[in-house]
Amino acid sequence: MYEILKAEMLAENIWLMDVKAPRVAGSCMPGQFVIIKIDEKGERVPLTICDYDRNAGTVTIVFQSVGASTARMSKLKKGDAFRDFVGPLGQPSELCKESINELKNKKILFVAGGVGTAPVYPQVKWLKENGINADVIVGAKTQSLLILEDEMKAVAGNLYITTDDGSYMRKGMVTEVIKDLVQNEGHKYDVCIAIGPMIMMKFVCLLTKELGLPTVVSLNPIMVDGTGMCGACRVTVDGVVKFACVDGPEFDGHKVDFDQAMKRQQLYKTEEGRAYLKKTEGDTHKGNCSNA
Amino acid sequence: MEIDVLKKVPISEQDPGVRAHNFDEVCLGYSKEEAVAEASRCLNCKNARCIQGCPVAIDIPAFIHQVSEGNFKEAYRILSDASSLPAVCGRVCPQENQCEGQCIRGIKGDPISIGKLERFVADWARENNIKPEPPKNKLDAKVAVIGSGPAGLTCAGELARMGYNVTIFEALHEPGGVLVYGIPEFRLPKSEVVAKEIDNVRALGVKIETNVIIGKSVTIDQLMEDEGFDAVFIGSGAGLPKFMGIPGEQANGVFSANEYLTRSNLMKAFDDEYDTPIRPGQKVAVVGGGNVAMDAARTALRLGADVTVVYRRSEAELPARVEEVHHAKEEGIKFNLLTNPTEILVDDNGWVRGMRCVKMELGEPDESGRRSPVVIEGSEFEMELDTVIMSLGTSPNPLISSTTKGLEVNKRKCIVAEEQYGKTSKEGVYAGGDAVTGAATVILAMGAGKAAARGIDEFLKNR
Ligand SMILES: Cc1cc2nc3c(=O)[nH]c(=O)nc-3n(C[C@H](O)[C@H](O)[C@H](O)COP(=O)(O)OP(=O)(O)OC[C@H]3O[C@@H](n4cnc5c(N)ncnc54)[C@H](O)[C@@H]3O)c2cc1C
Ligand SMILES: Cc1cc2nc3c(=O)[nH]c(=O)nc-3n(C[C@H](O)[C@H](O)[C@H](O)COP(=O)(O)OP(=O)(O)OC[C@H]3O[C@@H](n4cnc5c(N)ncnc54)[C@H](O)[C@@H]3O)c2cc1C
Ligand code: SF4
Ligand code: FES
Repeated sequence: MYEILKAEMLAENIWLMDVKAPRVAGSCMPGQFVIIKIDEKGERVPLTICDYDRNAGTVTIVFQSVGASTARMSKLKKGDAFRDFVGPLGQPSELCKESINELKNKKILFVAGGVGTAPVYPQVKWLKENGINADVIVGAKTQSLLILEDEMKAVAGNLYITTDDGSYMRKGMVTEVIKDLVQNEGHKYDVCIAIGPMIMMKFVCLLTKELGLPTVVSLNPIMVDGTGMCGACRVTVDGVVKFACVDGPEFDGHKVDFDQAMKRQQLYKTEEGRAYLKKTEGDTHKGNCSNA
Repeated sequence: MEIDVLKKVPISEQDPGVRAHNFDEVCLGYSKEEAVAEASRCLNCKNARCIQGCPVAIDIPAFIHQVSEGNFKEAYRILSDASSLPAVCGRVCPQENQCEGQCIRGIKGDPISIGKLERFVADWARENNIKPEPPKNKLDAKVAVIGSGPAGLTCAGELARMGYNVTIFEALHEPGGVLVYGIPEFRLPKSEVVAKEIDNVRALGVKIETNVIIGKSVTIDQLMEDEGFDAVFIGSGAGLPKFMGIPGEQANGVFSANEYLTRSNLMKAFDDEYDTPIRPGQKVAVVGGGNVAMDAARTALRLGADVTVVYRRSEAELPARVEEVHHAKEEGIKFNLLTNPTEILVDDNGWVRGMRCVKMELGEPDESGRRSPVVIEGSEFEMELDTVIMSLGTSPNPLISSTTKGLEVNKRKCIVAEEQYGKTSKEGVYAGGDAVTGAATVILAMGAGKAAARGIDEFLKNR
């Protein structure tokens, strides 16, 4: 069992937890993720590693309650425990593989959308610890959904916050901020790292392609095992099929087939998908059906 | 009981019409009387050919003789000397190519039902709570075993019996390897059979740490240098699925057999009480002809689908066990043999709507000795489907080999290990099972685990 040492609501429906998992905390790097299973009957839920403390043996996760499993997770409190917590999975962020000197010569822009702010945070923090200030754009639907503002402020170079409805700071989508910074304010960036909803990453990539700004994205397809065994997480990058759990989750955003990835994400997820399931499965969903 | 010595004592099975709708075990096993009667057909040969057919050389005539005398406990002891998972092997070994394929009785009539008798004895022992004895002497040396499939469980069990301090590291949240995530409940009951076998390994003092991915959570070098393990056994299997690389394969509704089976078996998606979803499909094609294909097909059938197996060679070349093919047919699974898919057809929303195939004919034998299939010109046709399950074989995961210094692999990514004791190119590291051979069988993995345990014992004693 993996004990929850801290459980905090960051914003409406967004939760932060510190979980005791010494093996993961001892070996993880920014960009990697874990898979959590609440109890015997739970799903395997992938979540990005948001922070870690090697000495305390803890890993921080931030998740949005969007469906059955994450809603169940949000009910857990300090002192409760997850049955399973496995990781670190996936490749560390490309940034961690470059030399610090190379990175120091680069202007890096992060673009975080919604709960994607959580996985961006450890990368910005890691850079800061290595003496590198990166600019960060954080987008949220509305002020009440903005998370980790103070934490991000402490580690980012320039921090630009925008809300879709203009309830806080700038108004508009993250793509508009990128345009502003690059086209109007004359900022020059060598690389952009965009993490957020698939649709946001798609439009960021369309824009940065036009701007000639290389962009890395972190994909979150459906997963089961997270170790390369099932192929549920396959995505097409540059015409080649990749398994996001072992080859990713980060990929060259200009080469990702987002439309396909978004379709695949719907497989079990949307209302449509569920209705489809009901329609096509009927009562046979229960395996042990008795129409024999 | 009256018997015909030339015929197997029939075994009871769930009726095909009934079992096509449930996940309960198909074969119900012998009763005591039936087992004794079947055992009495054994000729107790001096130079028993069946033993040569068994990869772990079980003393088959000896155990069968004990069954015929009603001494089940002694029969179990004889089995346990050679096999640590008899309840599993009795159910899933391809006996027709092994022990039973060699049986003298098979020349004129039916061979002895060796597998079914093995299963009977193991089940009897479990029901009567007969457990392996924990070791009397304890040794200091620590051994790490990676993976808890048949290879890892056997190696760990053998080493624990010798007195070693053994820890198994398993990537998934349940131990058992393919026995829990791959082979379905209706062939190999999980809580009754597999979990009990794992309990027996634990009873020998083996610790099992789940949720540890070697190469990610910790490396082999770290286990040996920082955590004080004196030797390591790698039994990490061959879990990576293959796809065909044909157009449309990324559509919604195309799954690897591994995903489909993992959702159903490991995550228990067939049971509404569990959270993990599965999309069983209504018209399903399973591409491939091995045990994995049969398991995926029969799982889809039980989830309510109309299922066709699509295989590019003919029936004689189907690599699956004969019994599984026979059961699949009885249950109503269709076979489209000498057929090869060329494209998955996709609808406007990105879902599978069908599959384009070509018919094949058998040409000259290839290097494996099997006649290789050749496309028949102009034979293209379409199948209407909503789900395609790809079951084209698997290969070893490079995770361990790519993170371990000095561990040699071949070009198929299989770990290179010497056959007799599973010794690898890295000192103190042994390997066996599918990780070394590529996808093979439970009994071969078990045999390799056992051999490596001997190798590790030698290594640790001679240090
Ligand atoms: C590598 C990786 C890292 C991730 N990191 C995080 C993280 O740090 N924080 C976090 O909150 N979530 C993260 N996710 C997504 C998270 O795993 C899903 O939100 C979760 O599995 C949903 O489970 P559920 O049963 O609660 O919702 P479901 O009932 O399965 O889904 C409910 C709704 O959520 C949407 N949804 C489900 N899964 C995803 C997904 N993968 N991406 C986008 N929308 C989805 C669906 O469209 C649906 O409308 C990550 C996913 C991956 C693969
Ligand atoms: C669906 C299916 C049906 C089959 N039917 C039959 C049959 O009827 N008869 C038969 O004889 N054989 C059958 N086989 C083949 C047989 O199951 C395998 O040959 C056998 O299980 C191999 O055993 P193993 O111990 O080498 O590997 P596995 O059983 O694959 O176990 C390997 C274990 O190692 C774990 N692992 C992998 N990497 C790591 C890592 N980095 N760190 C920690 N743990 C790791 C895996 O999670 C897994 O639990 C079938 C296989 C499948 C998939
Ligand atoms: S272990 Fe397998 S091959 Fe050996 S006797 Fe039993 S069924 Fe036959
Ligand atoms: S999640 Fe199964 S292969 Fe990636």
